[in-house]
Amino acid sequence: MEKREFHVTAETGIHARPATLLVQAASKFNSEVSLQYQDKSVNLKSIMGVMSLGVGQNAEITITTDGDDEADAMNAVAETLKKEGLSD
Amino acid sequence: MRAMLKGIAASDGVVCGQAYRLVEPDLNVERRLITNLDSELNRFHQALEAAVSDIETIKTRATKNLGADSAQVFSAHIAMLQDPELIAAVEANIKDKHINAEAAIADVTTGYEATLQGLTDNPYMQERITDLHDVTKRLTGHLLGVTLPDLVLIDHPVVVVTHDLIPSDTVSVNPKYILGFITDVGGRTSHSSILARNLNLPAVVGTQNATKQIPAGETVILNGTRGNVIIQPTVDELATARRDMQERVANQKRLATLRHHETTSKDGVGVMLAANIGTASDLPAVLENGAEAIGLMRTEFLYMDADQLPTEDEQFNVYRQVVQSMAPRPVVIRTLDIGGDKPLPYLKTKHEDNPFMGERAIRQSLAHQKIFRSQLRALLRASAFGNLRIMFPMIATLDEFRQAKAIYDDERSKLTTAQVPMGKVKVGMMVEVPAAALLADRFAQEVDFMSVGTNDLIGYTMAADRTNQDVAYLYQPYHPAILRLVDRIIHAGHAAGIPVAMCGEMAGDPIAVPLLLGMGLDEFSMGAGAVLKTRELIGQLNAHDLQSLVETALNSASTSQEVITMVQAAVPGVLQK
Repeated sequence: MEKREFHVTAETGIHARPATLLVQAASKFNSEVSLQYQDKSVNLKSIMGVMSLGVGQNAEITITTDGDDEADAMNAVAETLKKEGLSD
Repeated sequence: MRAMLKGIAASDGVVCGQAYRLVEPDLNVERRLITNLDSELNRFHQALEAAVSDIETIKTRATKNLGADSAQVFSAHIAMLQDPELIAAVEANIKDKHINAEAAIADVTTGYEATLQGLTDNPYMQERITDLHDVTKRLTGHLLGVTLPDLVLIDHPVVVVTHDLIPSDTVSVNPKYILGFITDVGGRTSHSSILARNLNLPAVVGTQNATKQIPAGETVILNGTRGNVIIQPTVDELATARRDMQERVANQKRLATLRHHETTSKDGVGVMLAANIGTASDLPAVLENGAEAIGLMRTEFLYMDADQLPTEDEQFNVYRQVVQSMAPRPVVIRTLDIGGDKPLPYLKTKHEDNPFMGERAIRQSLAHQKIFRSQLRALLRASAFGNLRIMFPMIATLDEFRQAKAIYDDERSKLTTAQVPMGKVKVGMMVEVPAAALLADRFAQEVDFMSVGTNDLIGYTMAADRTNQDVAYLYQPYHPAILRLVDRIIHAGHAAGIPVAMCGEMAGDPIAVPLLLGMGLDEFSMGAGAVLKTRELIGQLNAHDLQSLVETALNSASTSQEVITMVQAAVPGVLQK
């Protein structure tokens, strides 16, 4: 299992466009990928889950990947967060 | 049975064809207990697939017409339909409660809706309920076996029948297949009408009940010149309509020969004919119709069609594209004209009882300078690529103009320090508040140009909302009170040695054009579709002779009707209206 914390820098937080890209990135892998924010954790392959968290600017989020391709999955998600300007 | 609907003549021309109902079908869901679980799960999955396939089609067309950025929203819709948690929840609902798929979906999405609604500190996410609705509707439509219409799905020539069109529909319209529009609501200046005129498509609006009266696939004759619609026309009527259509094509051919001509009256007075645009995708129509400039580029769509504030770079790219494509011809870009009636989902806006008189346009820009400054920087950077003019909307007082200009000067000097290349830029104002029209002589001392925004000037002068059908009769561009204001603005500009333009609907109106030409208006800016017709009309007019018409209209007309009669008498044969 891999676990990594991110600080959301984007002014608009995780809005629909990056949420879609994050979901698309996570869905490419077999591993279970989850997003934790405050006391809630959701499946990162579920866009409704991601959107329902309403992650805003300056949020501290934790991504967890668990499965046979967990390292690749983590890298793909981290890459998307960075590319979309969501996190450093 | 043959029937006739009356409406408002919104865009000239006659067409006949089959009706395409852009009307949401009844999607009410009935809750049923089911016995065959497998077949219900199957129905659900088939509907999912069909809905995804619809959205893929829409996304492909939107990407082509609008660019990948604007098509992004459809990727989110597809992701919703492929959401494993959502799918699992619906399946569980079907299995556990033995209910039909439609009801199971409704239960699940209602839950999500409540969650999104609960994100009170994130209004942007709350807005995503709209996306969830869109997706649910499409899915439910497939389960109920009803088609959800969509402009982009049209692939053969039809007459579109709808309640009303919204600005973002512009991009979905394929003029190759859409013969014309019939709407239930709206007036000559509502979005549907402006869109139709821009695209040169006949339209009748404000029919009240076209969507109730016209069944799908029914043959109709749409007469956008007279403002009526014939349902199930007779053979004779059809033959006449076809002749009219042919005549229209011939007219368009004749007008096309004027495309590269200058605009000059019969007695040699030259004026500039410009086009109004809303997005860069309107550019081809501008060039095709031989407009000599862009007299008004609205920037609202950049903000409204997005799900977050456009960045400075995004704006710069759009402005640069427009300025560059038109260079060396001038492009007037109006700064953000947004307010309570067109709220941006990602900005928190206060509720206003009367948004048309609220914090909108320049008032909003001065109150939220961060947005305003970013737009000005993007504009200044784009100025290096052509002939840019910046125009501030809704200026009511000199102080507002001075403040806006000071912010402009500040951003300009910062960019100069940073050695960013910029071109010469004229900074002007839109005259649409009666107070500014009455004080135009004072404004003319400080602005580089003035442009009369007639839609709002008429609205504010007559105290009538042009989109409210009950008072739409007060939208009277030829009313002597309006003419006096316009004449005053033109004189004030000329006395101060600055040009005066008009960028409202009135500038392309055949009754108003002779009056405006007589008053000495320098630039006429209109929907691209009206440019060639207006060029032809001006070529038939004698500008000097029209001065006496103007004098009579200003001094002795008491009503709009009197003005119309005077114009018709002075310019016989040119106007049939």
